[in-house]
Amino acid sequence: MLMQSIKKTGLGLLLIIAVPAFADYSWSFPEPATPMALDTLHVHNEFMQITTAIFVVVLAIMIYSIFAHRKSKSYVAHVDQPLTKKSEIFWTLVPFAILLSIDFIIMGIPAYKSVIMMEDTRNDSNMVIKITGSQWRWQYEYLGAAEANIKGESAEDKQVLNDAKGIKFVSNLTTTQDEMDNKAPKGEHYLLEVDNKLVLPVGKKVRILMTSADVLHNWWVPQFGSSRVAVPGFIRETWVQILKPGTYRGQCKELCGKGHGYMPVVVEGVSMQEYQKWVVAKKEEIAKAAEIKEMTKDELVTAGKGVYEKNCAVCHQVTGAGLPPAFPALTGSKVANGPIFGADGKYLKDSHLDRVLNGKGVMPSWKAVLTDNEIAEVITYERNALGNSVGDLLQPAQVKSARQ
Amino acid sequence: MASHLENQYFVPHGSIYPSILSVGLLTMASGFIFSVAIDKSKDLAYLQSPGKWMMILGAVITTAMVFKWMGAVITESLTNKYKGWEDKSFRIGMITFICSEVAFFMAFFGTLFYMRIISIPDLAGYDADITPYKNFLATWPSQGPGGIVLGNEFKVNAGMEFMKPWGLAAINTGLLLTSGATITWAHWALIKNNRTQLILGMFATVALGIAFLACQAVEYHEAYTHMGLTLGSGAYGATFFMLTGFHGFHVTLGTIMLIVILIRCMKGHFTPEHHFGFEGVAWYWHFVDVVWLGLFIFVYWL
Amino acid sequence: MSTTTITHDEEHHDHPTGIMRWLTTTNHKDIGTMYLTFSLIMFLVGGAMVLGIRAELFQPGLQLMKPEFYNQLIGVHALIMIFSALMPAATGFANWMIPLQIGAPDMALPRLNNWGFWLLPPSAILLTLPFTLALFGIGDGAIATGWTFYPPLSVQGGIGVDFAIFAVHLLGISSVMGSINIIVTLFNMRAPGMTLMKMPMFAWGWLITAFLLVATIPVLAGAVTMLLTDRHFGTHFFSAAGGGDPIMFQHLFWFFGHPEVYILLLPVWGFIPQILQTFSRKPMYGYKAQVYSLWAIGALSVVVWAHHFFTAGMPVPALLYFMYSTMAISLPLAVLFFCWIKTMWRGSMTFETPMLFAVGWIILFGIGGLTGLVLADVAADAQYHNSYFVVAHFHYTLFAGGIMGIMAGVYYWLPKMTGHMYNEKLGKVHFWLTAIAFNMTFIPQFFLGLAGMPRRIPDYAIQFTEFNEISTIAAFALGFSQLLFVYNIVMCVKGGKKATDKVWEGAVGLEWTLSSPPPYHSFTEQPTVN
Ligand code: HEA
Ligand code: HEA
Ligand code: HEC
Ligand code: CUA
Ligand SMILES: [Cu+2]
Repeated sequence: MLMQSIKKTGLGLLLIIAVPAFADYSWSFPEPATPMALDTLHVHNEFMQITTAIFVVVLAIMIYSIFAHRKSKSYVAHVDQPLTKKSEIFWTLVPFAILLSIDFIIMGIPAYKSVIMMEDTRNDSNMVIKITGSQWRWQYEYLGAAEANIKGESAEDKQVLNDAKGIKFVSNLTTTQDEMDNKAPKGEHYLLEVDNKLVLPVGKKVRILMTSADVLHNWWVPQFGSSRVAVPGFIRETWVQILKPGTYRGQCKELCGKGHGYMPVVVEGVSMQEYQKWVVAKKEEIAKAAEIKEMTKDELVTAGKGVYEKNCAVCHQVTGAGLPPAFPALTGSKVANGPIFGADGKYLKDSHLDRVLNGKGVMPSWKAVLTDNEIAEVITYERNALGNSVGDLLQPAQVKSARQ
Repeated sequence: MASHLENQYFVPHGSIYPSILSVGLLTMASGFIFSVAIDKSKDLAYLQSPGKWMMILGAVITTAMVFKWMGAVITESLTNKYKGWEDKSFRIGMITFICSEVAFFMAFFGTLFYMRIISIPDLAGYDADITPYKNFLATWPSQGPGGIVLGNEFKVNAGMEFMKPWGLAAINTGLLLTSGATITWAHWALIKNNRTQLILGMFATVALGIAFLACQAVEYHEAYTHMGLTLGSGAYGATFFMLTGFHGFHVTLGTIMLIVILIRCMKGHFTPEHHFGFEGVAWYWHFVDVVWLGLFIFVYWL
Repeated sequence: MSTTTITHDEEHHDHPTGIMRWLTTTNHKDIGTMYLTFSLIMFLVGGAMVLGIRAELFQPGLQLMKPEFYNQLIGVHALIMIFSALMPAATGFANWMIPLQIGAPDMALPRLNNWGFWLLPPSAILLTLPFTLALFGIGDGAIATGWTFYPPLSVQGGIGVDFAIFAVHLLGISSVMGSINIIVTLFNMRAPGMTLMKMPMFAWGWLITAFLLVATIPVLAGAVTMLLTDRHFGTHFFSAAGGGDPIMFQHLFWFFGHPEVYILLLPVWGFIPQILQTFSRKPMYGYKAQVYSLWAIGALSVVVWAHHFFTAGMPVPALLYFMYSTMAISLPLAVLFFCWIKTMWRGSMTFETPMLFAVGWIILFGIGGLTGLVLADVAADAQYHNSYFVVAHFHYTLFAGGIMGIMAGVYYWLPKMTGHMYNEKLGKVHFWLTAIAFNMTFIPQFFLGLAGMPRRIPDYAIQFTEFNEISTIAAFALGFSQLLFVYNIVMCVKGGKKATDKVWEGAVGLEWTLSSPPPYHSFTEQPTVN
């Protein structure tokens, strides 16, 4: 009975190992891309070997005992003799010494080193970025080169890093709802693709400041070996130093509400030259987007549809029906159909514009996330589509003045 | 036979009170949720008033069952069901219960210390170029830096006053310490079988407890109407009201228990040898006393 | 010397019958039975929820449910499994067995005992009611923050959070009352001659559990109370604007939460050695060493809590302290493992179902514990944290260490409790199916976690598909194997071969000196121990 069952277990285990072996699968951490990840992988492997060894020893003794010391083999129970004082001390101290050295020397010292390394975000860092988590997207802001001068860093490099200062954008998931609902085939990077990647220069140590606009999030790229919780109102730090150009993907890993599974992190590591090109292009793009345009209603509505579907549809749904009671419908909503400006020309409290700019409760504040153009577009869209037909429009210039 | 009885342990009859008590708590909890749920969702406004009624009903059931249950215990005690063995159970039980209450207050003291030692210095300690809180200093008492929380803005109230130790709080400390002494005096009297002193001592203790509560009511009233200090006044307001509020709640419970004990003393329920009810409440009262000392030192004074 | 130890009023022979018997009972065995039954039902409920979770995770894409509902399921699954399945099971055994094992007439505070149980159904109602209310358009369902209640998400959440807060309050009162009762019973009701150092190991496990509960549950109660006031009364405990800190909640929660995991296992560490000694026909090895280890674990458990949020940011000395203190827990556990194996060593073992479960338990819990040790490494935890590696770790400790341990106890004591033997063959089949399906469910999750799959997501990237499929299929097999368990118990309660008083050849302890099932009032003659 026992033997048979053990054989069965073995077969089962083999099966687990065999099936995915066909798929191209990793059995450990993904390939490390930063010194931190390299170190983590090393520590992980070492610890796994130690614990596996302990496990195998314990298991072996037990299995031997199970087979040897059984009644069916007419093995008679042996009475344990009390130990003499001396041998008791010996048999206590020796195993304890072994265990202590496993815990605090063999495992403890490498672990100590990696902790020190992981927490050292400032020394030798070349540049600083700020990451803000919000439900359910990441915002990236480049804060330029780090203050201190790093040995071996060229002035041009420093200049390029400083040029990036002021670049600020939001990174949204681009996987479509149809893919999630199994109505369209899933792309290769299903759930791990975004519109704006975080671009970082290879070889530079990047100090990351992390915060959040609403609830806790956790910025994590497995290949970087660093992850840190984004705490609203506080600033936490971590760092990465990408060693090889490439695209690295990860996810938010702190439960942050219904969109928690849809908050990917995509980082592109590029060479300094490419980084410089990207900085220039991105700055232009941002400047263009920030330009206040005068638009017609139709233009606003058309552009607003895109903004809406990217940012608002998660909660208020593509149709505007919302998911009451948690997320109100915008179709027929008092706020979305009510007046925006009061008699004095200032926007009203609890008006459509107020709600979108400042948020309320679960509704995020979009002030820092969307440009004036985008806010004007999405508001005009909501008022004239989704089953609403207020008929008015909001110009980006009005949003700009409302911000002050 | 007599020696037999002495070794018997009393196992009470089946009792319906505990299960009804649980139903009372369930009703109260759900009622509370329905009556506050309105904060979170306008669609639930219609639940508010049934919620309130449920809460009241639940509270009535709960109170009634507690009194019934305790009444049963008193009856059993008076009919000599409890002897040394049961008495010891009650003692150990009461001590353990008080330990759990200590742990409960530890949570709030822990919060206070965490805010004072960790979170407020953290918030004030960021590099000048990255901090969102430009002029925030790590001082205590503090209302925190202010800012937007989940879409609601929290503004620091510049005109707010903080509590001072050497006013009502000091008087309250005096009241509670004295009440600790009077209850001990009553206990001695009980052991010496001096009924007059016992009742006098108990009466004084109850009176001091009520005086304490009255002072606290005045203090709270002051805080809300004149000092601008409310539950919503950031770190200081939250910890102040949470700690003193839960303490006050315990004082209230303690006072009610003291009144019951006072009545029982007057009815002559206790003998010099046999008065666990008295002692249990006295321990509880001392515990409340000690918590107050902690409060006085860490909330009002330092 | 033996004396009558119980008084009951004259009319005690007409106990109320039917539902009134159960509502009003003060009898430790009745109450134990209610705890165990409740636990079994809630295990199935929590398991049914997780089958929904696993079905959703069978393939990428959203098949069955919306993400918000998924989030509700995981949190309620965990709360139910921990608070309504595992803890009540241990308390059920405590009620049944502690008075028998220490030769007491009953639990010391019988009415309180009744209350302890009857707080559980209301709390289970509070946990699950929001699901039903949502169907009627009231609120948006149960708590959707996972079982950990982290603010600000829980401040933002709907009324499900309030329900869960009050459920935790009731569960907390229940546990504290239960613990008071057990502490009093163990200190005051032991048979003459049974010194503390002669208590059965199960009693020791429970004594330390009870201390931990008394020390930590009120802290949880305080924490969720502050959450409630943050939600509704404008306090700022957990928001930076008012000088508070969301991470402070994590400190408070895990100050309870980490001891909680030992609260769940200490009773099991108590009776597993008893099972081992029974089926090895050889006295337990290292009784004293085990007792001291249990104490050490209890003491260490309250000083290591921050290992659950290493990535939340802490000063380096704090990180190092929490890492090393966490690692230190492996020392007392090593002593326990050594003693367990030494108890089996050179015994005369037979492998009835309880023994199979106990031996399987040692191996599987060993995997859980060793992976826990790896998690304690701060730097690598940046990778493991909130990944499926952690999920696999804690199912090895909670399901294998907790539930399978409890199952060993059920098979061990069921004949004593019912007076009938269960079906041995079925029991063995149940063990093997459980052990195999369990490993097939959770081994893949270790690799999922290493490869980078975060936990608490309803949908995942393509590269995680295969392992999730295996895990789901195995989870269903695991779930349905439990029906055998239920069937076996039901049949055993209904009838079956009569059990002898001693039941197991090698059994030692006072509980085996009573008839099977024991009489309604266990020891009318209090035994003496020498
Ligand atoms: C019963 C439950 C239980 C038990 C017993 C344990 C036991 C342990 N756990 Fe586990 N743990 C959980 C339940 C449990 N855990 C849960 C539920 C979570 C997740 C909660 C959540 O986030 O939702 C968690 C998460 C968790 C984390 C956080 C991970 C993260 O989120 O990032 C950590 C980190 O340190 C950890 C560590 C440990 C350690 C060191 C032990 C130790 O006690 C293990 C000790 C045992 C051994 C070491 C094996 C036996 C010893 C030997 C064979 C001797 C030789 C060994 C050596 C000297 C190495 N656990
Ligand atoms: C004691 C605790 C315990 C137990 C026993 C279990 C048991 C199981 N758990 Fe659970 N689990 C937790 C505690 C526990 N879990 C915790 C603490 C979390 C973390 C939650 C969080 O993130 O906050 C978690 C989370 C969790 C997840 C992660 C979800 C996520 O992060 O997205 C998964 C995924 O696979 C999972 C799976 C399972 C499975 C397959 C079982 C199986 O072992 C269950 C097997 C049993 C059954 C399936 C029951 C049999 C029932 C039937 C066959 C149906 C009959 C039905 C009726 C009659 C009503 N659990
Ligand atoms: C995280 C989910 C979420 C996202 C994303 C979101 N909203 Fe909202 N929205 C809400 C919630 C919740 C409310 C209800 C707020 C309240 O009244 O408490 C709301 C309310 C509103 C209202 C007022 C409706 C009413 O009748 O009260 C408007 C208008 C609105 N949102 C517009 C938008 C726009 C425009 C966007 C995108 C740019 C957006 N929302 C994105 C959750 C969201
Ligand atoms: Cu953001 Cu999860
Ligand atoms: Cu832990």
